[in-house]
Amino acid sequence: MPAAHVKSNTRYGLRLHPLPVRVMHWINAAAMIIMIMSGWKIYNDDVIFSWLRFPDAVTLGTWAQHGLQWHFFGMWIVVLNGLVYLIYGLATGRFRRKLFPISLRELVATIREAMAFRLKHDDLTRYNAVQKLLYVGIMLVGIVVVLSGLSIWKPVQFSELATLFYDFQTARLVHFLCMTAIVLFLVVHVALALIVPRSLVAMLTGGPVVKEENA
Amino acid sequence: MAVRSPSPSIFRPKQAIDQSALEENKALIEGINRRNVLRGAVSLGALSMLTGCDVSDDSAVRSMLLAVSAWNDRVQEFIFRPNHLAPTFSEAQVLKPPRFNAYYPLESVRPVDAATWKLELSGRIADKRPWCAQQFDELPQQELIVRHICVEGWDYIGQWSGVNFGTFLQRVGADLSAKYVAFKCADDYTESIDMPTALHAQTILATRYAREPITDPFGFPLRLRTATKLGFKNPKWITAIEVTNTFTPTYWSSRGFNWFSGI
Repeated sequence: MPAAHVKSNTRYGLRLHPLPVRVMHWINAAAMIIMIMSGWKIYNDDVIFSWLRFPDAVTLGTWAQHGLQWHFFGMWIVVLNGLVYLIYGLATGRFRRKLFPISLRELVATIREAMAFRLKHDDLTRYNAVQKLLYVGIMLVGIVVVLSGLSIWKPVQFSELATLFYDFQTARLVHFLCMTAIVLFLVVHVALALIVPRSLVAMLTGGPVVKEENA
Repeated sequence: MAVRSPSPSIFRPKQAIDQSALEENKALIEGINRRNVLRGAVSLGALSMLTGCDVSDDSAVRSMLLAVSAWNDRVQEFIFRPNHLAPTFSEAQVLKPPRFNAYYPLESVRPVDAATWKLELSGRIADKRPWCAQQFDELPQQELIVRHICVEGWDYIGQWSGVNFGTFLQRVGADLSAKYVAFKCADDYTESIDMPTALHAQTILATRYAREPITDPFGFPLRLRTATKLGFKNPKWITAIEVTNTFTPTYWSSRGFNWFSGI
């Protein structure tokens, strides 16, 4: 390998979070907040659970129609950004390198360490088994929330897809449960990022330079 | 900014380029800089995260959202499948009576007298003679057992029968290449739909529910029932139908709900 190349690689070497990942992460973060808060506004117009109504202060839009306008604006960002992210992750091999394999033994060990507050965070570049499982899981939830959303939006035009969710109200329920999973993920994700601020900084600046097989 | 005098070349005009437009808009151009654009972009994101702060009130945000809603109308026109039928259901699943909804409560419904009721026809229609209630019984009847979905989120299975809307439009000599069919109602409600939806096999002018004449709260004597749109796109107590190429705002679309509202 020519010396010049090696030199440039150490200076501009692969970061833990390459620029495209960081850009897509923050676009998704903003769009998800729009989707969640406008979704709560829409939910309030006809609640699924009589005991649950979201306070107006945490919803987006003045009336239901504004919530709907936000939701059908945000959907384009979430879906297009999400598709590019999935293609990027699969095409560059990032998903394969960072998220697999997930070993059951490591999963149990990580949960034990976490319960005993002995979990180590010294290496940001390697995800532990719980992280891998949660990141893969939330991507699957992301796919289901879009599919159930499409089934609610177009139960006739996309009737073949809508059939997968049984009927209109069950599709609504699935969409709601996916939102719940995303919000729970968000709470844990943000809490952990604040506990280990280096991880938050890394998602802004790119984080440590990593070897290619770890990028 | 100093303008360099151009060196002579056959590729350049003999006269210098007219700078007056730049001079006139100097203040505007100087106002555009990366920092302000970034500040605008960041503050929108930050505002949406502040709970209780309603960015929908900002007029720029409002017009952006309406532009996206208009774009979504076009997308829905594009994905509409004219020959694709909505799922149908069995008579046992029908809700009786159907669920009421309007822009006012049930108690405020003003019944329509069928004896004096007329359906006015206007716009791109050859035979504009008004129709009376009995005329709809004389045409072939079609029944639909389909899901009614409200924009609010609730739904029920309804059993509607009446005259196929495409058949009706053909019979009165409507211009089937026109863009819109607009409705006026006895309660001053207004609605309009696109022509492909009007001509869909599951779009009818309904006169009956569960084989009985439609009762007052649900649109007696005549209402629209289309299987491919949300509930509010199905006007009740129709008094006038216009076939037109001109879009006019409708009751709910002028209040911010998406116009096409297909399902």
